[in-house]
Parts: sequence; C-alpha cells; structure tokens
Amino acid sequence: MDRSGPIRVLLAKPGLDGHDRGIRLVLRALRDAGMEVIYTGLRTTPAHIVKAAIEEDVEAIGLSSLSGAHETHFKEVSRLLEQEGATDVILFGGGIIPQQDVDQLQSVGFKWIYPPGTTLDKIVSDLTSALRPTSSRSGDD
Amino acid sequence: MKGEDQPPSRWTQQCWEPFVSEHPERMEGFQTSSGIPIDPLYCHDEDSPGPGEFPFTRGIHPSMYRGRLWTMRQYAGYSTPEETNQRFRFLLEQGQTGLSVAFDLPTQIGFDSDDPEAFGEVGRVGVPINTIDDLDQLLDGIPLDSISISMTINSTAPLLLALLLALAKRRGVAADQIRGTLQNDILKEYIARGTQRFPVEPSMRLVVDVIEHCTKEAPSFYPISISGYHIREAGSTAIQEVAFTLANGIAYLEACRDRGLDLVSVGRRISFFFNAHNQLFEEVAKFRAARRMWAKICRERFHIEDDRACQLRFHTQTGGSTLQAKEPSNNIVRVTIQALSAILGGTQSLHTNSWDEALSLPGQEAARLALRTQQVLAKESAVTDTIDPLGGAPFIEHLTDQIEDAAMAIICEIDGRGGMLKSIDNGSIRRAIEQSSYEAQIAQDSGAATPVGVEEEGEIPEAPFKVDPDIEQRRRQSLEKFRLQRDNSAVNAALLQVEQTATGSDNMIPVLIDAMEAGCTLGEVSRKLATVFGETQDHG
Repeated sequence: MDRSGPIRVLLAKPGLDGHDRGIRLVLRALRDAGMEVIYTGLRTTPAHIVKAAIEEDVEAIGLSSLSGAHETHFKEVSRLLEQEGATDVILFGGGIIPQQDVDQLQSVGFKWIYPPGTTLDKIVSDLTSALRPTSSRSGDD
Repeated sequence: MKGEDQPPSRWTQQCWEPFVSEHPERMEGFQTSSGIPIDPLYCHDEDSPGPGEFPFTRGIHPSMYRGRLWTMRQYAGYSTPEETNQRFRFLLEQGQTGLSVAFDLPTQIGFDSDDPEAFGEVGRVGVPINTIDDLDQLLDGIPLDSISISMTINSTAPLLLALLLALAKRRGVAADQIRGTLQNDILKEYIARGTQRFPVEPSMRLVVDVIEHCTKEAPSFYPISISGYHIREAGSTAIQEVAFTLANGIAYLEACRDRGLDLVSVGRRISFFFNAHNQLFEEVAKFRAARRMWAKICRERFHIEDDRACQLRFHTQTGGSTLQAKEPSNNIVRVTIQALSAILGGTQSLHTNSWDEALSLPGQEAARLALRTQQVLAKESAVTDTIDPLGGAPFIEHLTDQIEDAAMAIICEIDGRGGMLKSIDNGSIRRAIEQSSYEAQIAQDSGAATPVGVEEEGEIPEAPFKVDPDIEQRRRQSLEKFRLQRDNSAVNAALLQVEQTATGSDNMIPVLIDAMEAGCTLGEVSRKLATVFGETQDHG
C-alpha cells in the first residue's frame, strides 16, 4: 500500500440487526485516531455497502453483526468486492461470530474478526499497521 | 428487629395482615436453617410506608416473595415455530412458569420470511411468525388461558396482538382470559434497539391503539412493557436507564391522556422491563428508586389517585453486554449476581441469560442451567423469606436517594427541552447513551474495569448452537402453501380496510384482527401500513 494521509474506512451493519453499540464505539475510536470514517447506519445491503466503498474510495470495510446474518451478508460483501475487482480493500468484522465461522470468513478474505472483549486500541493498531506501516512503526518503537 | 413482646406495627396491622388473610404466604412462618424466626419486614420505622404502600420503595406487594415467587420467564425463540414450540415445552417441563417469545428480526420489522429484505435473517435471533397458522404452531399444546405469554415485539406489536387475539378466537378462548405482556415500547427502538419501521407519530398512535384495545377487551393482558433493558445494553449508566425509561413512560401516559383514556385503567396495566448488571448494590438501589419515582410521577404529574395504578411492576433480564466470550463459564457467576440483584430489588419476573450467549444463541443445556440458576436462588438461598432485605441499610438507602435525585434531574432536563419525543428527534438521548458507552469502554480497555478472564491466553470456544441454514427454504414453502389455501378476495378486502383505517383515526386493532383472520400475512399488512405511514431510516 502506498497511500498516505488519513486512512479511509467504511463501517456498515448489513442486514436487519439493530445492535449498534459496538460499531459506534469503533466509529468513534477510528475517528479519534485520525481516520476518515463513513458509517452507513442500520439495515444496509451488501450491494449498497460495496457501492459506497468504491465510490468513497475506502481502504477498509468493517462489518458488524450480532444477529447471525454474518453467514450470508459478510460473504456476499466479499463476493461483490471481488466481482468489482476491489480486492485490495481490507475486510474486517465483529459481533457475535461463532468461532467455527471465523475460519470460513477468513478464507473469503476477512483479515480480522473481532469478538466481544476486543479493545478499541487493537482495532486501531491493526488497521494502522496494515495500511500505514511506516507511521505505525515509528509510533510503536 | 421486632421483639416478641412489641405490639404489631401500623404496617403489619393495616397492610400485611389484611393482605395475608386473603393471600396466605408460602409457609406458615419462616425461619433460618438454624431456627431463627424470620419476620416479613425489618428496619422499618412506624411512620414510613412499607411494602404494598405508596410509593412502593420496598416492593409493590405486602408480602412479596413470602407470598409468591417471581415468574421465571426465559426468552426463547429460533428457527421455526415448530422448533421453538419444542423449546417452550422443554422449558415448561423444567419448571418455567411463563413463556417469552423471541421473534426474528424480519418479524420484528414487518417482513415475511420470503421477503428479499429478510434474506439471511430468518429464524436467526428468534422465531418467524407471519400468519395465524405460524402462531398456532408456535403455541401448539399451550393453553392460552393459563400460561402467560410475553412477546418482545414493538413496530409490529399491533399485528402480533391481532394474531394472538385471532388465535384465541379460533381456539374458543375469550379475549379477557388471555394473560401476558406485549413489549409495544417503540420509543426505545429509536434510541437503543433499532427495529423501528414507521415514523414516531404513527408509531405512537399504534402504541396507544394497543393500550386502548387491551384495557377494554383483554384486561388481563399487559399491553406495554416500557423497557430500560436495551437502553442499558446500548451503553447507558444505571441512572440513565431509569431516567430515559421513566421519561418514555411519561410520554406514553401523556399520549394515553391525549386520547382520552382512563389513566387508572391504563396505569394498572403498564409494566416495565429493566436490566441487571454486576454492581449488586447499585442495581438493587436502582430498582427501588425506579419504583418510588414512577409512583410519584403518576401521582404528582398525572394526578392518579389509585395506588395500584401507580405501581411500577417490572420484568428483569440479566445484562447481555456483560457476558464475555473468553472463559465463558465465568458468565454463570455474573448471571447469578445479576439475578440476585433483581430479586433483592423486588422484580416480578426474571430472565437469566445463558453462559454461552457471547458466542451464539443459547444451547439447550445452557438454557436449562440459566433457569436452574433462578431456581437455586428461589428455593435454596432463602433470600426470598423477608421483604426487601437490604432496605434500611444506610448504603442502600443512600444509593436509592442518589439514583432518584440524579435520574429526576435528567427527566427535568428532558422536560426543559420539550419532552422525550423532541429529545429523541434531535438525537440528544442517543448522544448521551453513546458518551456513557464510550466512557465504559475506555475504562474497560484501560484496565480500570476489565472483566475477569478476558485477558487470559486461550481460544474462544466454539459456539454450541447453530440455526439450520435451510430454514429460509422451508419457510418459503410453508408460506407458499398458506397463500395457496386462502381466499384472496377476502385478503384484498381486508388489506383495503387496513389502509382506510390507517388513513383515518379509528383504533386499528379490530381491523388488524379481521385481516389476520382473513389470512393476511404480517408482511402484507406491514407493507400496507408503510404506504400510509411512511418508513423511518437510520443514517448512522
């Protein structure tokens, strides 16, 4: 990755799930860390998420689900991204995601799946070290 | 402590004795394991109100759990009506005393299982109920006039009520025999839970339609359960939970008053729903403060003279957001502490979470253990044998006063901004909850309030429960069959009637019952309502 400037991230809740406490915390933490974050609100479709991600030229997409819909919707976002040729976009997710589904999601391109109990710092530092390795190294050392 | 030779107190004579003579206690005299007699009440000064007396700080009933234990009501639902019916029967066989239906998200928002909007969500967090036949299967073998049924349903609460009343008619059970609770609390959906479908104004009309219909036609049914549970889950403090919940309660009572309803009948059928987190004493004090505040609000703001109509009766659920995925069996201990706080706080019914809910929906063994936790507290701990056992303790009374003062200050602020509807609309409630949620997360991340076990090494265990992914296909087939068997001209006529009534101002419930009896589906009726009312959008 050779982009500089603020990291651009899209956060979304695919499906009908209304639990947005976690994603709103992540939204705030990423913004506090200087990233540019777009949050699409409740009840977005995978097609809408991928369209918005391409239009907004984001480097990462974070999805949240606590309803079990990750099985269909997370995979669909990954499929559509591939179809659009946007495979350089980092995918990550969080929520109530059973451990047995985590491997599957990783095999379709999800770099990180964050369970309950994850610290906000961990999410910020994962994104930073993946997308701005030089600045994160100077920060860590 | 009352000595043997002291005369009975005013409360004993005026409140407890007359009540107990009609409603005998569970035992003839209570005592500890070593034979020490246990009085109904301690730390009670002669002049202050006791349990069963306004403003009910010490409990709404004169004998509380010495008379009757709380209702053990585990929230359950997944997959299909048939499978959920099996779980219900299992829980009843294990000694559960009431049912609580978890609906899937499409049902909660008003989409049939075969609607494209429902894709990926059918049967996931609850059971799909789209038709009168679905509800009939869900409640197969369950007598509607003796088991009380609680339904967590809000946007589509009028439709589920209509389905239930239509089913009662089909089974020959009179509407006034139906017992149970409808959540029907739309305001907290906009600020904390997120299943709203229609804008606030028509939604409030539907809430009042339900209350009006039930107080007249189904008087044993609680038509609303004003919920702080989800406000707390969204990240509020205990004080905000009380304040925002009671402020929503004020908004509903105002709407009922504006409709011209009798606030005594309404007040007697309002119920509440709170959360229970880990800080035992603060939680106990919260329940006591909420009870006292609501009684005063009813009396002072709404001039309700009837004592029973001022009682805050409530259900409690232990705090889902406190459950941890790491070392999840520790959650059993958390749930026990939280359940104890609800009991010491005087709850009327209780759901204890399963230890595995940070991983997935609960498995059957975990669900049984959660129920057993309540049973151990009820039958072995003896915390039920005296009323409000922590009442009178200086720390508890101090916390109760402090929570009341702070929550009342928030309610006054909301009043100053023009009330709850305005505060929801301008986003100030959401922002306040979000700020508290952020502060709690920072405290957790920084180590100041990190839960036990989460920093330990080790994998998160596999989820013990999985919903069958084929159910969308099965549901599609069953809806197709339902639609083939019905009389389409009757369905269309009923939908037209729904549209016309929605456009006017008559109570919607009778036409909704007709629609469900005619074979309309929940999704069809919701879509029709949306064409009249419009739909809400969350923009993040």
